[in-house]
Amino acid sequence: MATHAAHHDDHDHKPGFVDRWFFGTNHKDIGTLYLLFSLLMFFIGGSMALIIRAELFIPGMQIVNPEFFNQMTTVHALVMIFGAVMPAFVGLGNWMIPLMIGAPDMALPRMNNWSFWILPFAFLMLLSTLFMDGGGPAGGWTLYPPLSLQGGNSMPFVIFAIHMMGISSIMGAINIIATILNLRAPGMDLLKMPVFVWTWLITAFLLIAVMPVLAGAVTMLLTDKFFLTSFFNAAGGGDPVMYQHIFWFFGHPEVYIMILPAFGVVSEIIPTFARKPLFGYQAMVYATASIAFLSFIVWAHHMFTVGMPLGGELFFMYATMLIAIPTGVKVFNWVSTMWKGSMTFETPMLFALGFVVMFTIGGFSGLMLAIVPADFQYHDTYFVVAHFHYVLVTGAVFSIMAAAYYWLPKWTGVMYSETLGKWHFWLSTFFVNLLFFPQHFLGLAGMPRRIPDYNIAFSDFNMWSSIGGFGFGLSQLLFAWIVIKSARGHGPRATAQVWEGAKGLEWTVPSPAPHHTFTTPPVIDDRVLAHGDVTH
Amino acid sequence: MANHAPDQNIYYVPHGSKWPLVGSIGLFLLVGGFANLMNGNRTLGLPMTLAGVAIMLVMLYGWFGNVITESVRGFYNRQVGTSFRMGMIWFIFSEVMFFAAFFGALFYARMLSVPWLGGEGDGVATNAFLWQGFEPAWPSNGPQSIGGEFGLIPAWSVPLLNTLILLTSGVTLTIAHHALKAGNRAQLLIWLGVTVLLGCVFLFYQAEEYIHAYRDLNLTLGSGVYGSTFFMLTGFHGLHVTLGTIMLAVIWFRCLKGHFTKDDHFGFEAVAWYWHFVDVVWLALFLFVYVL
Repeated sequence: MATHAAHHDDHDHKPGFVDRWFFGTNHKDIGTLYLLFSLLMFFIGGSMALIIRAELFIPGMQIVNPEFFNQMTTVHALVMIFGAVMPAFVGLGNWMIPLMIGAPDMALPRMNNWSFWILPFAFLMLLSTLFMDGGGPAGGWTLYPPLSLQGGNSMPFVIFAIHMMGISSIMGAINIIATILNLRAPGMDLLKMPVFVWTWLITAFLLIAVMPVLAGAVTMLLTDKFFLTSFFNAAGGGDPVMYQHIFWFFGHPEVYIMILPAFGVVSEIIPTFARKPLFGYQAMVYATASIAFLSFIVWAHHMFTVGMPLGGELFFMYATMLIAIPTGVKVFNWVSTMWKGSMTFETPMLFALGFVVMFTIGGFSGLMLAIVPADFQYHDTYFVVAHFHYVLVTGAVFSIMAAAYYWLPKWTGVMYSETLGKWHFWLSTFFVNLLFFPQHFLGLAGMPRRIPDYNIAFSDFNMWSSIGGFGFGLSQLLFAWIVIKSARGHGPRATAQVWEGAKGLEWTVPSPAPHHTFTTPPVIDDRVLAHGDVTH
Repeated sequence: MANHAPDQNIYYVPHGSKWPLVGSIGLFLLVGGFANLMNGNRTLGLPMTLAGVAIMLVMLYGWFGNVITESVRGFYNRQVGTSFRMGMIWFIFSEVMFFAAFFGALFYARMLSVPWLGGEGDGVATNAFLWQGFEPAWPSNGPQSIGGEFGLIPAWSVPLLNTLILLTSGVTLTIAHHALKAGNRAQLLIWLGVTVLLGCVFLFYQAEEYIHAYRDLNLTLGSGVYGSTFFMLTGFHGLHVTLGTIMLAVIWFRCLKGHFTKDDHFGFEAVAWYWHFVDVVWLALFLFVYVL
């Protein structure tokens, strides 16, 4: 009924299944959909990774042909980036941002639902290419021309799938910005917002700034292939390297899109379990903004070896190294938050600590890669693979796990099993290091990425890595089991505050959070805020 | 429920809607159909595309209709208006960045890739071995003259006329906006109508220009990197003008129906912002594509 539009009259009556999950506007339901979708994609992308690791278990060709292997590396990346990590953070943002700022919902709830529902169709399209003539895309997720223009029928489908993901991300980001800027409860000043909200505000800005650039880049690929243009064709005055510049102008902010919300999550969790306010709240906010700014002027460090003028190499090298400063501020502040805190080590804290240690390892290898002459050796080797998996798996994914354990009691109303959670953490941490740490050595020894076969000199490390891969993959089944158990309501009841040291508006509503919260603005009490009143 | 005044203190959360899901299905069919057409699969591509277009149109009509009904009945409060405004502003920012990608391609081609192909900087090897003696100049269709010899559209002819038309349309739209704020319906409808007409005239001249380029000048999308950047930039801009003109026409009908009040006319404002954005992009185009 079109006129049935008031805010609080479905407080009591439950919407039907279709109305709730397909036509819904509730930020919690849509957040749940995002998170479940992300979990599904995590397992699909993970299965592809296991195919890769199975093939690389020993040298020689055993399981898949090289063409399919290349499809796996390409689609694994696209699925994990656009299907697993980004939707997970959007899901967390959907669930938690309104709860953290005292808003009743997202600012544009129907568009929110559209942002989500585009994704399953986009991934249906992307994954369907694996079954087409010529198979899926096989030229790497970056879709560099001319290689990406030489594939089979999959090319236009992949590009349109990327367009759809972009539309979804842009709408999601617009929604998050409008929510944060417009729907904060009175008294929730910008510099009183939880850091997670801050990081999402900046991330949303990055998304709106760069997703359209990606759309432009892949549109040029499409017209080069089908409509006779010469953007990336040197014979016509274009340049394949131009694609790389445009792509990485998107691509580098994109990697921060996947890590800034992770910083936010960790900045929420560590104070809770150290039972101390976050050290240097404002510094955290400014550091996040600095990283976001720098992300726009470092893109060409992904392409040091393509033949850039020396001035370009130097500029991008130094600009990249600058990022270590705000990132260092963050790591310093997390450690200082724990300093003399009364710490306990529940599962979310374990994952957050794992994040701090292992993300920093990834940050250091990033610094190594930033050095131009060294990068000439590392470029396109397993060292790069090791680097970005440390920041994305033990970084972004670990923070998502941490967030899931941290807020699961708020979402489901029951405590998960701490024993199982700790098992999950320790198994994941052991195996993920077995999986990725040896890849540093492989890369330094010269093993290139994206190959299905290798010199026998690389055998041992690859075998370890594959064992780690299967161990890590199987450990995630434990996570799925823990989530399903909680979602079905098995476990001891959770209190509203859930964690002894937890502060912030989200802990003032009951667990599970009622379907509608803050339908009237809450009164902000600085003492219950995560960071207190930092402006005084 | 009858018409009830929006409460400025209580948040407004809209009820559910089937349109997001319908829109996702429509988008999927539309682009999936396109992709099939590009692969030469007409039997699947054509019906998919048409179904996608139809579903998208139904979705747009239904969704906007839904929002307009709710707005006219007075369900929305000021906060909803602010959310809508922010949504539109950031959407326009995303459009700016989309055009930035193509402007970036233009600048890169002109300032880097073509000179390099001529032997400047790091391009010496290409020039010495692959395409010896290629003289870089702009406009260029590259060392292999992809698409063959082509002529140019002089800036101070139709493009200048189109610049004046778009700038005038920005003025007429502002006059219409002032009329709306003053409650002068006749003036509003006239000046908004003139704006729509100016949009149509712009599109007419651009179509003429394209026909001229293809027929007489051999300047096509396939004319090397010059043709690529020329047609992609002006083409995407033209697409946005088309969209803007349709939006203005819709707003004209909504004005006719009396949907807007002096103080509350977000639909009008949003389309006006969009139109000014299209206008600004054109000025950049005129400068960098035609004049310089």
